[in-house]
Amino acid sequence: MAEIAEGGGGGHDKGKKRAKKSSTRVDMTPMVDLAFLLLTFFVLTSTFSKPKVMSLAYPAKINEPIGDAPKLNNGITFLVSKDKIYYYTGEFYPANRPGKNGPTKLTETNFSASSPTGLRKLLANLNSYVLLRKEGMVKKVKAKQMADTTYTRELEALKGKPEALKVLVKTDDKALCKNFIDLIDEVKIAEIGVIAPVPILPEELKLLESELKK
Amino acid sequence: MPKIKIPKSSPSIDMTPMVDLAFLLVTFFMLAASFRPSEPVTIETASSISDKVIPENNIMVTINSEGKVYFNLTDPEARKEALANMASLYKVTFNDEQIEKFSLMSTFGCTMKELPAYIDLPGDSRKEFKTEGVPLDSLDNQLKNWISYSNLAGLNSGKTAYEEAKKKGLAPDANDFKPKFIIRADGKAVYKKAEKVIDVFRDLNLNNLNFVTSSEFNPNNPN
Repeated sequence: MAEIAEGGGGGHDKGKKRAKKSSTRVDMTPMVDLAFLLLTFFVLTSTFSKPKVMSLAYPAKINEPIGDAPKLNNGITFLVSKDKIYYYTGEFYPANRPGKNGPTKLTETNFSASSPTGLRKLLANLNSYVLLRKEGMVKKVKAKQMADTTYTRELEALKGKPEALKVLVKTDDKALCKNFIDLIDEVKIAEIGVIAPVPILPEELKLLESELKK
Repeated sequence: MPKIKIPKSSPSIDMTPMVDLAFLLVTFFMLAASFRPSEPVTIETASSISDKVIPENNIMVTINSEGKVYFNLTDPEARKEALANMASLYKVTFNDEQIEKFSLMSTFGCTMKELPAYIDLPGDSRKEFKTEGVPLDSLDNQLKNWISYSNLAGLNSGKTAYEEAKKKGLAPDANDFKPKFIIRADGKAVYKKAEKVIDVFRDLNLNNLNFVTSSEFNPNNPN
């Protein structure tokens, strides 16, 4: 196959040697083989999509112990365990000092985006203050009545308003990273600006455990 | 009857266009590809809607599904500096070859004592290295030291890069040259482990953390 035929050299011999008629073509099969081998190698080893990152800014650690937890108005607290998630809104009232509406009860929800009891619907309802105004601003941007830089600034301001929902995330020992990331992701989809992962209180842990046993 | 002449045709096809194409593709992939560095751990991250691409200059802590902690730093010069500082702190000596190898390595998860032996291993057998990961408990918090030395080294080399970019007449943003902090946790890792790592960062007053995620459809921005 892959022979390059000798060119017709030595044709001037006395014995009338005929120059061999040879094709000028080179057999390219091995080269093609090699080219495709390399191609396959590069296709398989290369990565094109770089991984994405989700930023989360934590508050600075304060060394002095803080007294009572600051009053949380318009907040929701999520208690996360392995693939399970519960929440309560507002302040936490343990069984031994109940609030106006009795002790805090946990409600179960899930990570699903479509289910009516899922996180996405829940957060969209609770944070409707921000989401409705955001929708209005998006319309304005589309109609060129508002600059997009103004939009980003206003949206940030909107997220920080007292009417906007605030989220506390508390986890028990069994919660998985996936659960945490999924929750933060849903919180970001709902345009919530204040997210605080905080340590779980012993009373809350007890409540969560009793709920998990059900 | 006239004889029908069957044209004498060669059974071989001209392969030149195909070869051209194949080499074109090879060249494209060679130039466009960034190689996946061989890593001692495989991580399956959770997904999020975030579309922020992972920063080039980063300090990354990896947590695998068993909760073992691994460390990585992208800048080779900063790696050398951090290693030198760690070596003098933990009284471990490295020869020049090991330092050079370390600067080109990727993620590692071992104690300072194990590190020289780990560096000497050939690339593909590092996966089998038996280790408990980088220690981060309160008595022996090597992760904290790694992060703080790496951050210092990264800031120093970032500063020189910033000055150079300034000299070239560009208008660089100083923030782009600072190392970013990244946590890459396996979805199945227990969150408490990740929280410990987060606490190490926060103890060093490094509060802007990034979580590596795979991308997912964003309902707010569907394009």
